[in-house]
Amino acid sequence: MTEVCFTLNGAPVTLAAPPTTTLLDWLRETRRLTGTKEGCNEGDCGACTVMVTDANGTRALNACILFLPQLAGKAVRTVEGVAAPDGRLHPVQQAMIDHHGSQCGFCTPGIVMSLAVAHLQGRRDHDDVLAGNLCRCTGYAPIIRAAEAAAAAPVPDWMDDRAHVAATAQTADALADWYVANADATLIAGATDVGLWVTKGLRDLSPVAFIAGIEELRRIEVGAEEIRIGACATLAELHRAVAPLHPDFGELLRRYGSEQVRAAATVGGNIANGSPIGDSPPPLIALGATLHLRRGATRRSLPLEDFFLDYGRQDRAPGEFVEAVSFPRQADRLRVYKLSKRFDQDISAVCGALNVVVSDGNVQAARIAFGGMAGIPKRAAHVEAALIGQPWTPATVAAALPAFAQDFNPLSDMRASAGYRLTAARNMLRRYFHEDQGTPARVLAVAP
Amino acid sequence: MTVHKPLPHDAARLHVTGQARYVDDIPAPAGTLHLAFGLSPVAHGEIVGLDLAAVRAAPGVVAVWSAADLDPMPDVSPAAHDEPLLATGTVHFAGQPLFLVAAESHLAARKAARLARPEIRALPAILSIEEALAADSRFEEAPRIWAAGDAAAAIAAAPHLVEGQIEIGGQEHFYLEGQAALALPQEGGDMLVHASSQHPTEIQHKVAEALGLPMSAVRVEVRRMGGGFGGKESQGNALAVACAVAARATGRPCRMRYDRDDDFTVTGKRHDFRIAYRLGVDAAGRILGADIRQYARCGWSADLSLAVCDRAMLHATNAYFIPAVRIESHRLRTHLQSATAFRGFGGPQGMLGAERMIDHAAHALGLDPLAVRRANFHAPPAAPAARRTMFYGMEVTDFVLHELMAELEKSSDHARRKAEIAAWNRDNPILKRGLALTPVQFGISFTLTHLNQAGALVHVYQDGSIAMNHGGTEMGQGLFQKVAQVAASVFGVGIEAVKITATDTAKVPNTSATAASSGSDLNGMAVQAACETIRARLADWLAAEHQADPAKVVFAEGRVRVAGADYPFAEVARRAWMARISLSATGFYRTPEIHWDRIAGRGRPFFYFAYGAAAAEVAIDTLTGEHRILRADILHDCGRSLNPALDIGQIEGGFVQGAGWLTSEELVWDGAGRLRTHAPSTYKIPACSDRPRIFNVGLWSDRNPAATIHRSKAVGEPPLMLANAVLLALSDAVAACGDGSVYPALDTPATPERVLAAVERVRQ
Repeated sequence: MTEVCFTLNGAPVTLAAPPTTTLLDWLRETRRLTGTKEGCNEGDCGACTVMVTDANGTRALNACILFLPQLAGKAVRTVEGVAAPDGRLHPVQQAMIDHHGSQCGFCTPGIVMSLAVAHLQGRRDHDDVLAGNLCRCTGYAPIIRAAEAAAAAPVPDWMDDRAHVAATAQTADALADWYVANADATLIAGATDVGLWVTKGLRDLSPVAFIAGIEELRRIEVGAEEIRIGACATLAELHRAVAPLHPDFGELLRRYGSEQVRAAATVGGNIANGSPIGDSPPPLIALGATLHLRRGATRRSLPLEDFFLDYGRQDRAPGEFVEAVSFPRQADRLRVYKLSKRFDQDISAVCGALNVVVSDGNVQAARIAFGGMAGIPKRAAHVEAALIGQPWTPATVAAALPAFAQDFNPLSDMRASAGYRLTAARNMLRRYFHEDQGTPARVLAVAP
Repeated sequence: MTVHKPLPHDAARLHVTGQARYVDDIPAPAGTLHLAFGLSPVAHGEIVGLDLAAVRAAPGVVAVWSAADLDPMPDVSPAAHDEPLLATGTVHFAGQPLFLVAAESHLAARKAARLARPEIRALPAILSIEEALAADSRFEEAPRIWAAGDAAAAIAAAPHLVEGQIEIGGQEHFYLEGQAALALPQEGGDMLVHASSQHPTEIQHKVAEALGLPMSAVRVEVRRMGGGFGGKESQGNALAVACAVAARATGRPCRMRYDRDDDFTVTGKRHDFRIAYRLGVDAAGRILGADIRQYARCGWSADLSLAVCDRAMLHATNAYFIPAVRIESHRLRTHLQSATAFRGFGGPQGMLGAERMIDHAAHALGLDPLAVRRANFHAPPAAPAARRTMFYGMEVTDFVLHELMAELEKSSDHARRKAEIAAWNRDNPILKRGLALTPVQFGISFTLTHLNQAGALVHVYQDGSIAMNHGGTEMGQGLFQKVAQVAASVFGVGIEAVKITATDTAKVPNTSATAASSGSDLNGMAVQAACETIRARLADWLAAEHQADPAKVVFAEGRVRVAGADYPFAEVARRAWMARISLSATGFYRTPEIHWDRIAGRGRPFFYFAYGAAAAEVAIDTLTGEHRILRADILHDCGRSLNPALDIGQIEGGFVQGAGWLTSEELVWDGAGRLRTHAPSTYKIPACSDRPRIFNVGLWSDRNPAATIHRSKAVGEPPLMLANAVLLALSDAVAACGDGSVYPALDTPATPERVLAAVERVRQ
């Protein structure tokens, strides 16, 4: 049992619960607050979206994969706390009624929460805000009309939870010592992956450590020589930091998971779990990233691609954890192509990151990495070799295409066939070249 | 009159505040048990052993039942009595329930259910169409065949032959609220069941049968569903029966909800189809003869598959008059989830086949697909009946597509955009755009004629408030609000005077499923009848009191006027009660004029047709096959809409759901028959940004010539098929990649992978 204190709809809560109790189950089963819905229990539908405020701001999060200890010192607001205490509706709620934004109503509480958080933040990018909220009835059009109608209304004063936030003091040193002594523990940062081990795998994860509150692990430093990203930086924070430097990396992260997932998921988690289809390793590898690991007081660094040994196996010792990842500042030549059945909130069938430096018409350097093409995020060493030193021409690109088969032997699965993956990966190099020549090759950029 | 007004959904305020209550939100008494099924990991096999010791010993477990513990085994099928609640002896699909666990919590039940050690001797599983045909594994003794004229002779005599086939994928409903039920034991062995169901009477029937009770001892209540789409017509039976059986055995309330992965794994989906066609076509693209073969994978049990496949046949020619037609329908039995009802009920698959035929014929002859569509349309109502009769013998008397399509062509600026897109495609080597305009003609009525009936119960209380009840269920479509508008209109009161109450088998018996788009047509009429009975009693009494003509008593604006007197409605109600006038009435409706012989394939199965058309524009990336809907323009026929806002909601939502079916929603089973796409992480319904960038929806608002409720038309299912335009626009964009010699023959769902394959095909 873990004791946790936070506020819920403005009122303080202190509770003791097993550490992997989800906020959703606690709200529905213990508090009888049933407005927050379970749609998928894996963070993909957004029906359980709640608003969480802490020192870093206000975010929309999926309550189904949010463990109670993650809320320590924070303020939680559910759909029951969005209208004024006297019953006056939030502008987003009123607009959803006026514009017929609900039909069956089951996704609606989550939609209201996502829209209310975005409204608080003054955001107008409604498609991105709602990418993690599935609606099966409306076709989304009336929801967008509602969001647009509510945008200009002032934020109701009862929505400000900042006064309820308490500071937490966790240090990386303490974690390092504890983890050496408890090397079998599960480290939980955003819980967007580990959450499913509990809700779908039904696993018991003790002991656990919740590390997202360690501010020194969360820092992102954009220096003159390099960019260093703390392991607990969220994907949303990474997005804000890298989008100005490498717009295509930013565009990838815009499509990574959903608003709720990016607000919780961490860079360190995306690397440390070693998934072959994690989206941040390919662009980081293409940018020449270095991974920084720590065990107790011992630190070491290695090229990110070397961390991934084989499917499910990483170069990480017991008790060792990811502290940060860094990559050199460079002129932007990075292009990232995320290929999935759906543009938003979908796991990549193929994620290609290409970084080709051309000088005087010749390829001077090439770092190319793919996700979804092997058991690990993997560099295309043969393709790179076929390009480097060659003139940057269609003939060179064509000559490099056969090298893909040397680098990759992908699988067929429910996302794509092996043949399609290989063709698409090859075509991503062709697309890189076409785009470099100024030929439009982005379907998302086509205006009606 | 409150009808025809764009009022918000009756529960909108409850939805946005989180107060709307779904089955799993209903507070249950202390001691309520939670149920979970243990599922077969094998698609086909013989159960040799089932070791449940670890399940029984798991924390929180109260009881466990396997087939050995239930005699007789309850049946949970809608009609065929071929679905035991738990597998008996043989398993028929991967995901079939093997045993049932009752535990103190939902989580404890789920955890325990994974601890079983089933021993199943695998048998060969029939998974594909080929395997089913080879084994002659089918429902009904032989393929169903309907025909009109001599198709073979017409095809042989025609100037051009067009042949092809399309694979059409299935679709998971992905209602946001998964299946759920709650059974509460009552005194004397009676049972009260709350279910997320489109068919409370069937739940009542199956529960009564399972418990050996008369139907009168079982009451089923459904306030609302968090989405249904056909997936809650029969698929909730198992949960309700499990809850009732467990509640009977333990004496404790029992509730059950499927975790999302279980919901995907256990429940049926839209049927996938293969449709093969041979067409004889003239130089203008007119189809003179068509030989159509439909192959549907129905899964392991009959469920509703015969009716689904019948409707696929009925819509195999969509809006087109084909003088000689032969349709052969194979209903194949496979070791997969039992495919079930899904919005359109076979109509979408049949209709897509028709649109594919037209598109293919146009391509083969080098004609504009829109011109070919027109050339094949049924003749307008004024023309001789010869060219406007469906192949099954029903005359089409309400055909509006000539005018509707012309209007849409104009409003969507079709000709200019088509030329502009052609020029754009010449300038763009990597990206291509495509445009298509397709019609919908959807038959309205249950094809099982006896289901076309509905009942209602209306009370007026002495304070003038009105309680309305009918057999229809609310799944988000706004049925309750539409019917409340009908009731309010009869009494001339505001909508706020009408209380909408949960569907309840104790109030209105023997109801049909809320399905086939029939909800407001049937229940609106039944409620109107009940309200008119009460209004007539009030009018007669008031007229007698004022020595006036009952026909001249006016109910309007919340008041009742008679012979110069003018009373608030509430006062009339109070005085009528004092005068001992009955203020409660039932209403009943049965659809007139329909008759249908499904063996012969002849008759008038539909009261009328609903029409619509959509123009869709897409862009594709020829390097990866990724694509985007840029714009959709829709004109849809709702008759005189009962509520234009709710109808537009059905159209927008139906279109996007249909577009998902045809593009991103891919069901993938592995070679052992296990569904690999069993959660939203792997099964992709449209997200917010997938809706068309420009989305123009208009209503075609002519009154329905058929005498429906306020001359409106059904709207639940037809708009889904407007999305056929998306697939054909993708086909158009793919065709722009080649020289015109190869037809894209795009199968569905048109994932990026399938689009890229089609691009490569036309470039060879």
